[in-house]
Amino acid sequence: MADITTSKPTTGGSSMNIGKILLEGRAFFALVAIIIVFSILSPVYFSVGNFLIMSSHVAIFGLLAIGMLLVILNGGIDLSVGSTLGLSGVVAGYLMQGVEIPAAGVILYPPVWAVVLLTICLGAFVGAINGVLIAFFNVPAFVATLGMLYVARGVALLMTNGLTYNNLGGDAALGNTGFDWLGFNRIGGVPIGVIVLALVALTVGLVLARTAFGRWLYASGGNERAAELSGVPTRKVKVSVYVLSGICAAIAGLVLSSQLTSAGPTAGTTYELTAIAAVVIGGAALTGGRGNVRGTMLGAFVIGFLSDGLVIIGVSAYWQTVFTGAVIVLAVLLNSLQYGRTGR
Amino acid sequence: MTVQQAIRPGATGEVVMSARHVAKHYGAVKALKGVNFDIHRGQVTTLFGENGAGKSTLMKILSGIVTPTSGQILLDGQPVTFSGANDALAQGISIIHQELALAPNLNVRDNIFMGREIRTARGVDFAEEERVTRALMEELEEDIDPLTPVEELRLGQQQIVEIARALQARSRILIMDEPTSALSASEVEVLFKVINDLTAKGVSIVYISHHLEEALEVTDHAVVLRDGEMTAWAPRAEIDLEWIVRNMVGENFDLGSPPESEMGAPALSIEELCVPDPSGHGLVVDHMSLSVKAGEIVCIYGLMGAGRTEMMECAAGRLAASGGAVRLHGQDVSRLSIAQRIEAGLVLVPEDRQRDGLVQTMTVGQNLSLASIGAFTRGLFTSRKAERAVIETSIREVTVKTDGGGAMIGSLSGGNQQKVVIGKMLATRPEVILLDEPSRGIDIGAKAEVFKLLAETAKQRGLAVVYTTSEVGECLSIAHRIVVMHRGRIAAEFDHTATKEQIMAASGEAVHH
Ligand SMILES: Nc1ncnc2c1ncn2[C@@H]1O[C@H](COP(=O)(O)OP(=O)(O)OP(=O)(O)O)[C@@H](O)[C@H]1O
Ligand SMILES: [Mg+2]
Repeated sequence: MADITTSKPTTGGSSMNIGKILLEGRAFFALVAIIIVFSILSPVYFSVGNFLIMSSHVAIFGLLAIGMLLVILNGGIDLSVGSTLGLSGVVAGYLMQGVEIPAAGVILYPPVWAVVLLTICLGAFVGAINGVLIAFFNVPAFVATLGMLYVARGVALLMTNGLTYNNLGGDAALGNTGFDWLGFNRIGGVPIGVIVLALVALTVGLVLARTAFGRWLYASGGNERAAELSGVPTRKVKVSVYVLSGICAAIAGLVLSSQLTSAGPTAGTTYELTAIAAVVIGGAALTGGRGNVRGTMLGAFVIGFLSDGLVIIGVSAYWQTVFTGAVIVLAVLLNSLQYGRTGR
Repeated sequence: MTVQQAIRPGATGEVVMSARHVAKHYGAVKALKGVNFDIHRGQVTTLFGENGAGKSTLMKILSGIVTPTSGQILLDGQPVTFSGANDALAQGISIIHQELALAPNLNVRDNIFMGREIRTARGVDFAEEERVTRALMEELEEDIDPLTPVEELRLGQQQIVEIARALQARSRILIMDEPTSALSASEVEVLFKVINDLTAKGVSIVYISHHLEEALEVTDHAVVLRDGEMTAWAPRAEIDLEWIVRNMVGENFDLGSPPESEMGAPALSIEELCVPDPSGHGLVVDHMSLSVKAGEIVCIYGLMGAGRTEMMECAAGRLAASGGAVRLHGQDVSRLSIAQRIEAGLVLVPEDRQRDGLVQTMTVGQNLSLASIGAFTRGLFTSRKAERAVIETSIREVTVKTDGGGAMIGSLSGGNQQKVVIGKMLATRPEVILLDEPSRGIDIGAKAEVFKLLAETAKQRGLAVVYTTSEVGECLSIAHRIVVMHRGRIAAEFDHTATKEQIMAASGEAVHH
């Protein structure tokens, strides 16, 4: 047997040097650095109130990023989440305006819980189409979800004729008030959107770390053939991740339209790219099998706190774009440092 | 201990390359602890050693892939440092990797010339490349079209491509890390002919193999590595099989004999099974029938392309059959998924561990427990404690050399990775286990351990075992029955009293010696 001078496992332990800690905790250190820098630059940045506002912005990207993480762990990509978010908002708005049934000559006003449920089902349905195309018809994930990006957006535009549903507050007489609760209310001072994000993140984190499904997902993302031969239902896993990603996008759509009390068909355009960026900054590998919720959440906060910080100190929107891009590339660079190190 | 011997003056053949006090540490793991090693001009030096002894690590250092932690490499007596594999190649050193390093989507020609394309003013000279490829295939007596994508080749043929790629470089030092692990006996013979031609031309060869007898046929020198140290060195004239085994593992190992198990009812019955050829012409498995009783061990011997892998993959549910049935304890399982068959107790240990066996992004432990997640799931959640128990049992059973299972699977030596693939399927407590070339790349000690484990399980729990091998010696060990396959059919059946010659003759293989 080769000598093992310490009995500690080679991962972690006292042998970790500073460089390794910095590399592995890079998203965390980046977040700390961002907070410090902006707190120095702006007196209003460092306050509980501001953090909560920024966090409720992060909630939208964060929800999308969690769904995206599942897809990326599986070795896929979901470009349709931004459109699904937009479509979900529009459908929720449509339901809130009342559904006219011409045959009966009545207008139905579904209660808010039903609106939420139906919207989530819609997200799951959109995801299921993606998943089935990819898992059973072998359409590359990039192409299938790119198609869905267009289709979902198109449907949203068709439904509204390009217009925006305003006034989602509902009417007490019709019994459908409370839609703005998601976006405006707070529990213990924390915005509901942030609480929703935390709940989703905790659940998904637990699923990934402690359930058979989580293990299946990591295995089939790492080597699908080997996973299949080990009895992992790889196709079911694949469809599931796209369904879950669709559900996350629908929840994000609900939170966003509730925050705005309006639902526009173009909401969420290019959000899929922000979600991918958050996942990558969080240390996940685009080739699949590597990544976790903690990293993705840090990634989402890095992006959110950075862009809000730039707004607060008054940097132009153009520079914001440049900064965000630089952060993404830097993160991927560090990823390849971490995973690309060979035995040299 | 006997390091001085390595630099023993008067050893035959001029030394072209040598390693001096080379050490390599991976964190706390000392893969090599100051090794001296010589390569002689125009001769074959064979490196023997257990799984994880450091053989591949030393070869990777000599071919510039890995940089040593300390020590020196001398080329023609001059110290050298390589900046990478291409640098070593430029200085005339090439390597055949233990784990195949081919691009599956490219064809044979492009793989052979990958990174060293023949360029002309008008781009790559594909015609010339194709001509050279054809010549190489002829030299290796292999009927492979240069334009076939590598992913369509059998594992053995892929290994031939890997060999051809190294030959093409026409290097003066050629390192072969287990080049024959997926080759049939006749292919090995061709390779040995090629090796003899090369050495006659002054090419120096380093050879690594766990097929000890085979290695003795070609070698001029033997070097034994043990736990990262060189423990013995001798020229061919002074050694025999017993010497190698004694120096490698300290005692002589016997692959065992058929266990006296009580045979029960047929556990696995394959009836008139047909599997179509992927090219669409004919059948790779042609109306084959085989019945294996509980507690019985069956060895399937055959040449490359005899249909062994396809038969097993079909029985396990990976390939679709075009006819026939697969029964487990009398129940037809033909319609079940792979997962359902595993659940029912029918498992496959695949041939190609990199492609089908291991998840490279996971740890040793997660790989070992992958097929038995159900066994340590309590309600919704997995139990860490129960999982650790599963992992620890497996590590012990198949003697994986690792500390606790937390390391990444890629950091294990090739043979230990193979043991993980076997251990993973055994952990599901199957009733029928199909093992496709289970001994690929594992050392004799481990081979004996794995065979002993299979024999014991067959005896105690009535496990039905079917394994394939391309080494005749392995047929005549624990198997009660030896089935020889030829072109998708059963050509002959023997009991364990058969001779090697009988088995080889039935497989359609020319018998030499
Ligand atoms: N990249 C790596 N990281 C950590 N440990 C490693 C790495 N590569 C090799 N090792 C360790 O170095 C030791 C020697 O490995 P090596 O691959 O050289 O063995 P080997 O003699 O070729 O065995 P085999 O016969 O199984 O191929 C093993 O204990 C292995 O776990
Ligand atoms: Mg090796």
